[in-house]
Amino acid sequence: MFKILHQTLRTGIVTADYPAGPARFAERFRGRPAFDLENWSDARPAAAACPTGAIEVCDNGTQRRVTVDYGRCVFCGECASAGNGVRMTREFELAAFSREQLAFSADYALNPDGTHARLLADSRAAADTGKLEAAGRAVRETVRRVLGRSLAIREVDSGSCNGCELEIIALNNPIHDIERFGIHFVASPRHADMLLVTGPVTRNMELALRKTYQATPEPRLVVAAGACGIRGGIVGVNYATRGGVDQVIPVDVYVPGCPPRPEALLHGILLALGRGGKQLRR
Amino acid sequence: MKPVLDALQEEFPGRIRPLDTAAAGQVCAALEAADAPAVIASARAGFGARLACVFAEDRRAADNAFHLYYVLERPADPLYLVLRASLPPGCESFPSLAAALPAVNWQEREIRDWFGLEPAGHPIPRRVALHDNWPGVHPLRKDFRLDEVLPPFEGEQHEYRPTLGEGVFQIPVGPVHAGIIEPGHFNFAVAGEPILYLQLRMFYKHKGTEKLFEHLPAGRAVFLAESISGDSSFSHGVAFCQAVERAAGLDVPPRAVFLRTILLELERVCNHVADIGAIATDVGFVVANAHAGRLREIALNLNQELTGNRLLRGMVSIGGVRRDWDSAQISALTGAVAVIEREFDGLTALILSSDSTRDRLEHTGILTPEKARALGVVGVGGRASGVDLDVRRDHPYAAYGRMEFRVPVYQEGDVQRRMQVRIDEVRESLGILRSALRQLPGGPHSAPFGRLPAGRCALSAVEGWRGEILHWVRTGEDNRLERCKIKDPSLNNWPALVEAVQGNIVPDFPVINKSFNLSYSGTDR
Ligand code: SF4
Repeated sequence: MFKILHQTLRTGIVTADYPAGPARFAERFRGRPAFDLENWSDARPAAAACPTGAIEVCDNGTQRRVTVDYGRCVFCGECASAGNGVRMTREFELAAFSREQLAFSADYALNPDGTHARLLADSRAAADTGKLEAAGRAVRETVRRVLGRSLAIREVDSGSCNGCELEIIALNNPIHDIERFGIHFVASPRHADMLLVTGPVTRNMELALRKTYQATPEPRLVVAAGACGIRGGIVGVNYATRGGVDQVIPVDVYVPGCPPRPEALLHGILLALGRGGKQLRR
Repeated sequence: MKPVLDALQEEFPGRIRPLDTAAAGQVCAALEAADAPAVIASARAGFGARLACVFAEDRRAADNAFHLYYVLERPADPLYLVLRASLPPGCESFPSLAAALPAVNWQEREIRDWFGLEPAGHPIPRRVALHDNWPGVHPLRKDFRLDEVLPPFEGEQHEYRPTLGEGVFQIPVGPVHAGIIEPGHFNFAVAGEPILYLQLRMFYKHKGTEKLFEHLPAGRAVFLAESISGDSSFSHGVAFCQAVERAAGLDVPPRAVFLRTILLELERVCNHVADIGAIATDVGFVVANAHAGRLREIALNLNQELTGNRLLRGMVSIGGVRRDWDSAQISALTGAVAVIEREFDGLTALILSSDSTRDRLEHTGILTPEKARALGVVGVGGRASGVDLDVRRDHPYAAYGRMEFRVPVYQEGDVQRRMQVRIDEVRESLGILRSALRQLPGGPHSAPFGRLPAGRCALSAVEGWRGEILHWVRTGEDNRLERCKIKDPSLNNWPALVEAVQGNIVPDFPVINKSFNLSYSGTDR
């Protein structure tokens, strides 16, 4: 007993400041890649290097559309190594209310050799996030009214590699300590307000996921975590998978990452609750 | 295994043909499937060889046949022996070994599900990988498409054998569990508290991984390998890259080999620490888990500093590693090793000082050495039950040939020993880390990887923190793979869990399960 007390007192408080303060972690953590669209001379090397199809290039005569989907990105850094115009950042607060919000496109006029002559359009400038934000707000208001400031989460693994589970478990360690927000993980969907779902949804888990959703009382929230949960990740859609949680049940918030780090999960969960301030700013 | 192969050739004249493969770390030979049982029985009985893995390949297009592969190894013999057993053209059945060798029970049934080849004489010829409600498809046949859209499944996912008797109840659990763990179904038959019999249903997470490997360029496939089992991202990544490197005859520079070794050991430390904490939690010692969680975060932060990712992803590549370390990173590593060691000593002292914890862990969930050997149990679960195997020592890869370390082995086979193996191994890992840092050579961190030569086969083995990981590849055209077989250590260890829980009370199931901590994703792929 004294040993336990001694060790605990000696350790002191270790819980992180985030989200009240900045998240503190190693300098070299790779978050989302950032794209300097104005000065990006050629998207093809990055697209060719990308293992998940998060960067796609579609040429049409002398024009090119480049699509970037953070919902597919695994933050591997290959695009940044492949050429100019892309660099890795430490940003991880990427959660959004829709899959569309996670993607953007850029149109280029092309030189004869296929490099970019100039940027024609950037969908980020035109995006109407207002409507989407409003939809999200409605959900959050109901949730806040009904659930107050406490939340019970049931985690459902619908076929992940278990990387997301490791980070979700880490949310419960003394560093990330999600219980300080009145949020706790419960054993049954019947006790849950939110389902936190990982994995590309395998054919074998489809039924279990549906049943778990039906067993969760309303109002209920669904957060899809990780590249697999958003669009199937590197596994995608095949004979054994459905390719994303929203192919099977409605999803309120998507959290990119492979896996999303605990702070990113926390950000997504708080966003769903209307308790997180910031939303994706690309 | 060269002498074994020579002796087998003498014993079975004209029946075994050595295959000339350039791949390092293995010898290969071909035979007819009909001869396989006798040859393997002789290798096991006469030479103490262990059958590590059985798998199949659809080569109807090229060789007009299905091939089966038997991977054998024995202690103190660095080479693996890969026997390729061919079925006669048109033949869709092979002689089963499962009756004499329970270790291949699931593996042979997998071959039945994936390839539609019947294991003749298998004692339980039921589906294992495909659930009962799947249509009669065989996804790893070449004429089955990766993106095939199967009709909605109907009927029971799995029929459980009834357990009958007065006062006997069945408790179904899963696939969605109470904790934050992966999905699988456990069907307990209990009489009062003690568990009479456990039936397992896995493969809920099957996501077509082996098939998908045949459709990705080798470079991209590294990222898929990292996603076979998230907690073993780096081990599976290295296992895959090594297999491809051996197939391509690519030499990995010494510095890369050391950097890989360091990261493999860091992965072991992270996971063992987490498991030690989780075992403590499952017997109610949550404070210990809090300290373990804190310690794990220290290690994860180091992972990020060294690789940019908490799970060491995006680091290993075919030919070496993707990024070198500068002196700041090396000194971060050196410093962190000292901190981890100090904290780890505190954690273990805390756990070992608790008599009530020890009381719950000792004599709980016993897996006897006999059963462990029969089931082909590997890794932590094996070493706690007298199975003295460790790929790092037995078949050195990466820089392990230049490291000195001890392989802890216990005979008791209970939860306490499975935890003790982890405690011992963390200490050994810290020693390896220090030694690797001392010996760290300079030079390039990666060899350029150009094109993959077609038609080469290679096996690679890595001692992941759970145990022996095997990857086998056959290269194809266009930098792609014709076949990639993955064997996670979990596959053989699940049936051991069934044995270990028998006679224990249901409330002890979580801690017994945790003490094995098997990967559902690695099993189901
Ligand atoms: S960081 Fe994301 S976008 Fe860049 S290559 Fe990796 S997965 Fe693709």
